[in-house]
Amino acid sequence: MSESYTTSRNKFLEEVGNQTSFMLRFFKNIFRGGFDWGELVRQCYIIGYKSIGLVAITGVILGFVLTLQSLPTLKDFGAESYVPRMVAVSVVREIGPVIIALICAGKIASSIGAELGSMKVTEQIEAMEVSGANAIQYLVVTRIVACTVMIPLLTLMADALALVGGYVGNNIGGDVSAVLFYNKSFSAIDFVDLIPSFIKTIFFGFAIGFVGCYKGYNSDRGTESVGVAANSAVVSASLWIIVIDAIAVQLTSVLAYN
Amino acid sequence: METGIDTKAKEKKPTPKDKETVIEIRHLKKSFGSNEVLKDINLDLYKGENVVVLGKSGEGKSVTIKCIVRLLEKDGGEIKVFGEEVGTMTDAELKALRIRIGFLFQSAALYDSMTVRDNLEFPLRKVLKLTDEAEINKRVEDVLESVGLPDAADKLPSDLSGGMRKRIGLARTLIVNPEIMLYDEPTTGLDTITSEEISELIVKLQKKYQTSSIIITHDLSCAKITSDRIVIMNDGAYIAEGTFDELRESKDENVRGFFKQP
Ligand SMILES: Nc1ncnc2c1ncn2[C@@H]1O[C@H](COP(=O)(O)OP(=O)(O)O)[C@@H](O)[C@H]1O
Ligand SMILES: [Mg+2]
Repeated sequence: MSESYTTSRNKFLEEVGNQTSFMLRFFKNIFRGGFDWGELVRQCYIIGYKSIGLVAITGVILGFVLTLQSLPTLKDFGAESYVPRMVAVSVVREIGPVIIALICAGKIASSIGAELGSMKVTEQIEAMEVSGANAIQYLVVTRIVACTVMIPLLTLMADALALVGGYVGNNIGGDVSAVLFYNKSFSAIDFVDLIPSFIKTIFFGFAIGFVGCYKGYNSDRGTESVGVAANSAVVSASLWIIVIDAIAVQLTSVLAYN
Repeated sequence: METGIDTKAKEKKPTPKDKETVIEIRHLKKSFGSNEVLKDINLDLYKGENVVVLGKSGEGKSVTIKCIVRLLEKDGGEIKVFGEEVGTMTDAELKALRIRIGFLFQSAALYDSMTVRDNLEFPLRKVLKLTDEAEINKRVEDVLESVGLPDAADKLPSDLSGGMRKRIGLARTLIVNPEIMLYDEPTTGLDTITSEEISELIVKLQKKYQTSSIIITHDLSCAKITSDRIVIMNDGAYIAEGTFDELRESKDENVRGFFKQP
């Protein structure tokens, strides 16, 4: 029993070590010359294009459902007019970033993991390295940077659409004019809400890109390892997101609201 | 005709004194965990020759040539390419070296998200940093012509047969004019006729591009067609060396074993 504990602890430490050195390689290569801007733009386009529909639908439904759920309860207290504020604050601060990040972990981290994993298994990554090209820079840096840029933008879009969904929901439960609804929503959102949550999504994006690339780039040599890479990319990216969120909430409550 | 080739082969037979060495491997060792794959590998590659390395599968043939280009780090011994020790090169030196060495993977390793043309342009644009479209186009067309697939440029790798993939893989490495070629089982997985075509293509291109090559294989007909010299690998070390005919007549039971037709 203690033996299996030791090996699993060693495995864990080895994994931490490997991820750290992979991250160092990322930072070393991002500042090295010869960065491929064209490929970065292409990756941004692919990531955005792949997930925009899913993210948009999720955003709208998020605001819609949240409003419909809270409307009856708040009505009982005669606090109907607080619904727009409540929805706006909870979506922008917390629910929007986390839900969108988790969805992107499922969509983007897995596809990066599978793509790089199959390139690894079929020796394409080795072929790229041996041709003298910088495979880390071309394949990994571009994808991580693209995720870091695109996930915050996707989240902002989802936040905005959640407010639209909220407005629709509010109108089903009772009449409210669009002007009034948005007035109330926006009056509830401060920079103190927007900035920390935006910064948080940058880290989410980085985690999604990083984990996807790490799992794919370091997958084993057999064919089944492509599936393993995709799957473990989703699992660890989701875990990272939850952990980053917990840390971010602590930090913002100390820094911003005191 | 027959004798002409024979005498030429004899004249050509390289010896360390009169030939320039391009790759020199001494006492190469490599293990993965407790799996000791390479124990003591010694090999010289002379300029302009084709050396075939014969060995059973799982012997560590691929590991050997991956150590040469440092896709794998060796555990011990020396590998000198163009007189320089590979193990201690900086990133920039390694990159410069890798441009001078072509590596054909067993699976051809085409970038399967790109068309054949993009595959061929990749090393030109990303490694040599060429920007002159006319030159890039010309090089792509030339090399496709050389491997006998002039019309394949706009196909995707998934639309190609095994033999065609090998040809395109070959084209992608040759397009940067390497001085050394390393072939990892160029004919494995192909039917007999295609195998022979690829072997003959290797010989033809070696003449055209003036490369020195290490060809790893366990395919005897490929070895016969392509080799100037053969080394035989067994249990992590090289046990014999000579021309195809010499080794086939060898007194050593182990060596002759490799030449038994299945
Ligand atoms: N990257 C690696 N990690 C662990 N073991 C490896 C690796 N590459 C090769 N091996 C092992 O080394 C041995 C030789 O492999 P290889 O060189 O591919 O044989 P072959 O002579 O058929 O080309 C095999 O036992 C293989 O499992
Ligand atoms: Mg092999």
